[in-house]
Amino acid sequence: MSDVMIDLLISAVWETLLMTFAAGLISLVAGLPLGLALVATGKGGLSENIWVNRLLGAVINAFRSVPFIILLVALIPLTRLIVGTALGTWAAIVPLAIAATPYYARIAEVSLREVDKGLIEAVRAMGGNRWTIIREVLVPEALPGIVAGFTVTLVTLIGASAMAGAIGAGGLGDLAIRYGYQRFETGVMIAVVIVLIILVCGIQWIGDRIVERLDHRQSRG
Amino acid sequence: MNSHPFLSAQIAPLAPADAVVTLSGVRRRFNDTVALDGISLSVRKGEILGIIGRSGAGKSTLIRCLNGLERPDSGEITIEGKRIDGLPERQLQPLRRRIGMIFQHFNLLSAKTVEANVALPLKIEGLPKAERMARARDLLELVGLSDKAKAYPAQLSGGQKQRVGIARALAARPALLLSDEATSALDPETTRSILALLKDINRKLGLTIILITHEMDVVRSIADRVAVIDAGRIVETGTVQSVFANPQAPITQRLLEGSRPRLPEHVAARLNPAGEAIILGVDLSGPYGQSRFFTDLADALSAGASLIQGGVEHIQDESVGRFFLSLPARDANLVERVRSTLQAGGAHVEVLGHV
Repeated sequence: MSDVMIDLLISAVWETLLMTFAAGLISLVAGLPLGLALVATGKGGLSENIWVNRLLGAVINAFRSVPFIILLVALIPLTRLIVGTALGTWAAIVPLAIAATPYYARIAEVSLREVDKGLIEAVRAMGGNRWTIIREVLVPEALPGIVAGFTVTLVTLIGASAMAGAIGAGGLGDLAIRYGYQRFETGVMIAVVIVLIILVCGIQWIGDRIVERLDHRQSRG
Repeated sequence: MNSHPFLSAQIAPLAPADAVVTLSGVRRRFNDTVALDGISLSVRKGEILGIIGRSGAGKSTLIRCLNGLERPDSGEITIEGKRIDGLPERQLQPLRRRIGMIFQHFNLLSAKTVEANVALPLKIEGLPKAERMARARDLLELVGLSDKAKAYPAQLSGGQKQRVGIARALAARPALLLSDEATSALDPETTRSILALLKDINRKLGLTIILITHEMDVVRSIADRVAVIDAGRIVETGTVQSVFANPQAPITQRLLEGSRPRLPEHVAARLNPAGEAIILGVDLSGPYGQSRFFTDLADALSAGASLIQGGVEHIQDESVGRFFLSLPARDANLVERVRSTLQAGGAHVEVLGHV
């Protein structure tokens, strides 16, 4: 592989990481409250409200059922409004974040819902209000699942970011398509795949280690 | 027999002046099941009240009404002179800080250390960190777990977890401690040590404790008074000694069956209205001096009675006994003499039947 190709590869890795982590962070900040809202308004939740719950669930499902490639195109006006352009790496972050948020909201919802009801009752019994329960019980107790879910979301975003090449976002997927596939440069294709494998394994490994440190639910020696 | 008139739901018992908790006519139903069917009860400051009943009798609903985790459909609940039924959640929250609660499954937060768990009620109260940590350390010392302050709950045994639960429940210096089957998930030895700790706290701090349980042994070893609940009603209340020595309600008798002497199966199966031998059940408690009872019993035995089954046991510092005697039915004089002698001494004598 030429030096030019290596430079291209390095900047593609950077673009992929930027898209993945920027969209991931947005989905975490927006998805976690959505997950909390789903659990809180659900049956037997802290602020049970079936209609709000159904509406929220329907909106989330709607976003989740649109194929990403279509979302990418459909959101072009919104992207232009936010970023100022519909092309490039930063422009890709908008549809990526919007696709990842409802995805992550569902993952967070599952972890939050699994928190033992007895713990919520115990904190209510000591005079805690809803915020106390969210701050001291729901989020800390679900944290291992919240972090594990975030890892899954990041890995999914790495895959989705490849499609963002369609709007000139760059990144590893774009590189693989344009050079590896369309120009028959098998070496580039293999290099991209290897880098992707390393990225995914790395993110998963770091995520797993963090979860391990956070999880005190079982005793370990 | 089932329920004394003065215990019936419609008439609220007169609350003693030092009552910490008073319930009157509390009702609660879930869809078409009645969980509480007119509960009236009062608990004095510094006493330990045991509420016992089978599962589904309504005890969990009852204890949850006391700190507003459950709302009664009707009836009055007063805690430390304040009506709490019908209060909105926001006004219940500060009141709950006056009431500690411990649970069957401990309900400790797994993500927090032992000391952070104990300090949580104080954090909710808004105490500065240094103060709440100091108090948490004191409480951990009280429950004998000073060395586990930095451990996580998952690293503790069941008994240790419940000790942390107790420390946490005491953190905000409550006026009342509610115990919801706190020893039901523990082995007998650990149960004894947890009960001893509760009794100790009750004495040291003068803390009022209400505990619900399905285990008679729990009530027997630490409660001052017992209330028996069945199908959402209090069917019997009294001091532990009196209820154990002479249970009135059939459900109480059934709950007690496991832990006290009873008529052997083969005799009980043959009971009929007109056999050759008459079977007497004798319950004794309190003032009946044991030596006096055994002298009377010896007299009866030498006169022709025979002892089928019996024993004396201790409920806290009082002894209670239950004996079954068989007497020849044709000797009506003897039957009458044994009966009146024992009764005169204070025992409760009942003709169970003939064999």
